[in-house]
Amino acid sequence: MIEKLEFRAAKTLAVASSLFLVALLSPSFVAAKDMGPTAEDVEKYRRPMEIPQPKNNRMTPERIELGKVLFFDPRLSGSNFISCATCHNPALGWSDGQPTAVGHGMEVLGRSTPTILNTAYQRFQFWDGRARTLEKQALGPIEAEGEMFQALDDLIDELKAIPGYEDMFEHAYPGEGVSKKTIAKAISSFERSVVATESPFDRWLKGVKGAMNDSAIRGFQVFKGKANCVACHDGFNFSDNGFHNIGLPDNKDQGRFSIKPIKVLKGAFKTPTLRDVALTAPYMHNGQFNTLMEVVEHYNRGGDKNMGNLDPNMKKLGLSKKEKKDLVEFLHALIGDPQEVTVPTLPVKK
Amino acid sequence: MKTATIYNILLVITTTVLALGAEAAEITVLQQDKSFVKDGEQIEVLTVKAGDTINFQNDDPFFHNVFCLSDLETFDLGSYPKGESKPVKFDKPGVVEVECAIHPQMYMEVTVE
Ligand code: HEC
Ligand code: HEC
Ligand SMILES: [Cu+2]
Repeated sequence: MIEKLEFRAAKTLAVASSLFLVALLSPSFVAAKDMGPTAEDVEKYRRPMEIPQPKNNRMTPERIELGKVLFFDPRLSGSNFISCATCHNPALGWSDGQPTAVGHGMEVLGRSTPTILNTAYQRFQFWDGRARTLEKQALGPIEAEGEMFQALDDLIDELKAIPGYEDMFEHAYPGEGVSKKTIAKAISSFERSVVATESPFDRWLKGVKGAMNDSAIRGFQVFKGKANCVACHDGFNFSDNGFHNIGLPDNKDQGRFSIKPIKVLKGAFKTPTLRDVALTAPYMHNGQFNTLMEVVEHYNRGGDKNMGNLDPNMKKLGLSKKEKKDLVEFLHALIGDPQEVTVPTLPVKK
Repeated sequence: MKTATIYNILLVITTTVLALGAEAAEITVLQQDKSFVKDGEQIEVLTVKAGDTINFQNDDPFFHNVFCLSDLETFDLGSYPKGESKPVKFDKPGVVEVECAIHPQMYMEVTVE
């Protein structure tokens, strides 16, 4: 009798432990449990409450509003046809949906239009990081022959002739007048106000059950683990503010190397944010990938040969079909809640 | 006479060794959390003596670079992974800027005395 009992107990134990083993080995085990974020995840990926802003250009509602009007005003271009928002279109994730930008005279430019979302948090602007601040960046596209092709001195005269603008500048920057400086400062203030909204991932970080689906949760584990995307896309903005050559086919664009001639920078470009990235196809500085799955396939191959200078963090990943789908699902969970953007009415001449 | 010479040579050798030991320090600077760290503290300036060597040791789970393009010194240590360390000897007095090309936020001024 006792023997029999013991036998039964052992049998149950064996069955139970083999079930446990099966559960452990099955890849959906972690996700099915939705164990939620670790303390480290929360620390690392939680969105900051504050927007960094320079001491000499604090954000005020007047400055943001003026900057927004300028951002949407095509009269900032030589043709009076192109505004910043033509390329950085809020309906397209503050980008343009083109492989590479189309500028003055419909000229196709060499690089794609990045989003302006979360540029406040970036230490460098442009794909090659050639501008350190938004203030330093803002006037570039107005003057650039390929982009808006507008002489700044003429622009200042044009704006001064519009009474509404004179008033707005006076309210935003009392006593400073309409100048290159105030134009750049106002536009930058507006851009800093364009920050990512709460995404399913952020809600999941806060512990909201079901905020991210199981596939996206698994995708996050792949992102941090097997695929090691975090070697570069790290922190709440999913960028290390660094420059890497990720092995895109040589398109003669040396990227950061033309700013700093250090060998590791040949063909290196700035790590972009991944927030709202699902809204801004096509991808990469040259717009070569149409979908996030194409991007993931690229990383899975370990990149393509390029100038012999592939970033050593790039390796063949050996991801399964499911892991790739999970990664893409995770990137979709980084889409923030829809943000209503009102288009300003532009001031006119009397 | 003979022993005196040997003694003298020995003296010269030991003093040189001692002098070298005292003068030329080996300093370890970690590359940690995308910043330069010495003795557990993040640093942006460091003063060394001419002849000192700084070992730049990567402590992050991804690659770092160290380069310097000053008038005084130019070097580029390439990129290297966690655990690896590369030495640079600073011989000429002056101030040089040391940076990681991959993460330009990693920036440090070395004053060589
Ligand atoms: C013709 C399309 C076009 C127009 C118009 C345009 N941009 Fe851009 N913008 C781009 C492209 C392309 C880049 C990337 C260029 C590069 O990296 O070399 C860019 C880069 C930027 C960046 C850097 C973003 C980052 O992540 O590095 C900011 C900020 C920006 N533009 C703001 C503006 C502002 C402000 C205006 C209006 C004054 C403007 N842009 C007008 C196409 C445009
Ligand atoms: C070695 C650093 C590095 C690693 C590792 C890395 N990325 Fe990137 N990522 C970059 C850089 C740099 C770019 C921009 C490259 C360019 O345009 O030349 C980029 C671009 C992207 C883009 C396109 C963004 C846009 O707006 O065009 C996506 C999406 C992306 N990465 C996702 C991932 C995923 C997913 C992984 C992991 C499988 C990953 N990255 C791993 C550095 C990296
Ligand atoms: Cu670095």
